[in-house]
Amino acid sequence: MSGPTTRMRSALGRVRHHGASGEGTGHFIAIRWTSIALALLAPWFVVSASLAIRDGGYLATIDFLTDPFNAVGTILLVIASLYHMSLGMQEVILDYIHRPFTKVALLLINAGVPLVLGAGAVFAVLSLNFGV
Amino acid sequence: MAGAPRPEDRPISPHLSVWRWHATMASSILHRFSGIGLYGAAILFAFWLMAAAAGQETYAQIAPHFTTWYGQTVLYLIVAALAYHLANGIRHLVFDTGMGLTPTDADTSAWFAILFAIAAPIGLWALLSFGA
Repeated sequence: MSGPTTRMRSALGRVRHHGASGEGTGHFIAIRWTSIALALLAPWFVVSASLAIRDGGYLATIDFLTDPFNAVGTILLVIASLYHMSLGMQEVILDYIHRPFTKVALLLINAGVPLVLGAGAVFAVLSLNFGV
Repeated sequence: MAGAPRPEDRPISPHLSVWRWHATMASSILHRFSGIGLYGAAILFAFWLMAAAAGQETYAQIAPHFTTWYGQTVLYLIVAALAYHLANGIRHLVFDTGMGLTPTDADTSAWFAILFAIAAPIGLWALLSFGA
């Protein structure tokens, strides 16, 4: 014990706010359910989109994305993949980046970029189907 | 000082240099590498959707890149990274149930994931070139 103020504190009082955040299980489960969704969505998209679009032409792309089944599947793929990759990159950042400022800055970028891209990509698919 | 050590003083993962190179180690490292690569792929995917929604003129600026040598190489690597991350992700979901954790089983499944990452893009290329 180092000083008079700490000597008065209980063991619980000393460790409180210094340990786990208590949110690890939620992160673990979110990685798993998005991975199960992606194990279905990603192979479906790669095979069906590459067969339908082939050379990446505009009309074939629009045809593919304006089919209702493809549009819903693509939106689900965008949401699941961007959420999953944000959770995964969060683990990588926490494992390898130890400087507090850099770590927090990267965590904020990693939270924001997928959110912005996801909103843009979902809006893009919706506007292709319902837009002008 | 009372309480837990500061975050930067906490123990980190074992350093790579103390481990002998083996298949399960390679599979773990490849999982991170392919995941980080797919982070970039998902960003391109979101931009591709937004370019399609932006109209034919905007889309015409990105479409020619798909058929160039570097565009085809990037697409090939994305499919390989996706195939690896998919196979190894399923491997990890099996690990979560407590199965497949003996060194022999883990080695075999690691090699299966690596071979699947080699076979899947070749299979897709063959399907697109000679199939339906």
